[in-house]
Amino acid sequence: MATQQPTAAPVLRPSPPDRDDRSRRTSRSEGLSPGAAAWVQAGFLVLIAAISLVPLVAIFVGTFQDGNEVIRRGMTFDVDLGGLSLDNYVLLFTDSGPYFRWFANTFLLTVVQVVGTLLVSSFVAYGFAMYDFKGKTLGFIMVLLVMTVPFEMLMLPLYVQVNDMGLADTYTVIVLPFLASAVTIFFFRQYFLGIPKELLEAGRVDGVTEFGIFFRIVLPITKPAMAAMAILNGMITWNNFLWPLLVLRSPEKFTLPIGLNTLLTPYGNNYELLIIGAFFSLIPILILFLAFQRFFIQGMTAGAVKG
Amino acid sequence: MLKQILYSKRLAPYIFILPFLITLAVFWVVPLGRSFVMSTQEVLYGQATFIGLDNYERLWRDSIFWKALYNSIRYMVLTIVLLVPIPLVLAAIVNSRIGSPRLKGFFKASMFVPALTSVVVAGIVFRLIFAESGSAMMNQVADFFGFGPVRWLREDLTGLTALLALALWRWAGVNMMYFIAGMQAIPSEYYEAAAMDGASKFRQFIHITVPNLKPTIVYVVTISVYGGLAMFLESFMLYAGNNSPNNQGLTVVGYLYRKGIEENNLGFASAVGVVLLVIVMAINITYLLASGTFKKEEV
Repeated sequence: MATQQPTAAPVLRPSPPDRDDRSRRTSRSEGLSPGAAAWVQAGFLVLIAAISLVPLVAIFVGTFQDGNEVIRRGMTFDVDLGGLSLDNYVLLFTDSGPYFRWFANTFLLTVVQVVGTLLVSSFVAYGFAMYDFKGKTLGFIMVLLVMTVPFEMLMLPLYVQVNDMGLADTYTVIVLPFLASAVTIFFFRQYFLGIPKELLEAGRVDGVTEFGIFFRIVLPITKPAMAAMAILNGMITWNNFLWPLLVLRSPEKFTLPIGLNTLLTPYGNNYELLIIGAFFSLIPILILFLAFQRFFIQGMTAGAVKG
Repeated sequence: MLKQILYSKRLAPYIFILPFLITLAVFWVVPLGRSFVMSTQEVLYGQATFIGLDNYERLWRDSIFWKALYNSIRYMVLTIVLLVPIPLVLAAIVNSRIGSPRLKGFFKASMFVPALTSVVVAGIVFRLIFAESGSAMMNQVADFFGFGPVRWLREDLTGLTALLALALWRWAGVNMMYFIAGMQAIPSEYYEAAAMDGASKFRQFIHITVPNLKPTIVYVVTISVYGGLAMFLESFMLYAGNNSPNNQGLTVVGYLYRKGIEENNLGFASAVGVVLLVIVMAINITYLLASGTFKKEEV
């Protein structure tokens, strides 16, 4: 199998410029001059990009609108510019109730989950990548099965299980089942396969333990893989909805998605907070995306490294 | 003794993979095993009574279950129909030699950003875009084309449209990235040879790009199969809960949630889960066999 190393190759490679006359000749033979074709292409791409951005722009505009009005009439292209105000922002920063508590909870949970998952999953992946042992094939097939079975299939039995274990309504049970994350193990294994075994032998000659080799020699050189997987797992945890929805009971433990969902209830007057709260929940991820786009794309397309 | 363990090349791999084995046992095998057991029981107030295959029999005669299964399969098929060709064509356009790399970078980022939103935020926004009032966005679009206003979420097919629009919005960019990565691995000599023979861009796409992308396409179809069959939250958010008019948004997982979590009917819900798991595992093993994982993988 292809042991493509998912490290350096940036996915966002600019397309190569026309390299030879042949390609120009073919595009000319299709009727459009290369210049016109480029313009048509540009127009098309801008149009599709604009459509794709409409929902995000709509929610941003919505943060300046009267929440109850937005909920009642829906989001519209026909925005009443005179009706825009900063009221929601004032509300968010002065009287948003538990909103920033949810924010802090989600942040804490994300940090713990990411650090834990990176450590545990890379540890496991190292075992699969660097050693030959009995049961390895079977074990790795298990990783592949776990990787592809959607969590929705597991939610009910797992929910019953953690209730019996007395772990319901704890962060422990949100984090624990996903520390050995199959996708992350898979990704790290691919990465480790590209590391020369001589490095390990050199460590052994120097009298480093098998685990010392992992922690002190291999881990420090896996930063690009760490970055991609930190982003992937961070995003999954930040957005995680289903599992926390099942296990969290106490309002003071709610995360952002759970809290935002409670704002959807028709009781009380929460709609002002709903739109701006939803928008602010996107901001950390959007900032990270603008800064580390390459790692986002590597992380989120990790499953396909296999090709 | 400890020293021996730390330096043992024979023991080390088992210690490395131990966290996975524990996770697999505690959070997968045991719960799923219990799920099979519970599916043969009537579980009420913590009291479990063995009732054999009664739950499965009830399931077989349960028209709401069939409706949910129909909805899930319909959604799965339609998401594949939309989320393979459209991203494929977009990828081909982005991957063509003409055009500005900067614009293409902007395009890729714009397409990818929706995948970063949580299903909660995406659901809230789409619920408001597909609102009933005449001034809601989709009704303004409908008006532009001369019909409407439409009560999108009240009718089966229009509700489905909203669900598919949400799926397309969130995942077209990610699938496009898969295809772009796959296309960049196709040797450019193939295209040069075809161009020499006078093959048009369209024929190059059909006869070179698509066949060479087969592994990527198979992968994307496979994840779409799982994702489609397991769909629940999109509907849950769009309809602001697990209840939709005539159960038009109810999926198998939604039914499992309703029976197991909302009604606490664990035995029956487990049977729903087992049926779904059997379907998914059958597809899964077929895929692994077809892609040669069992044969070729030199793990």
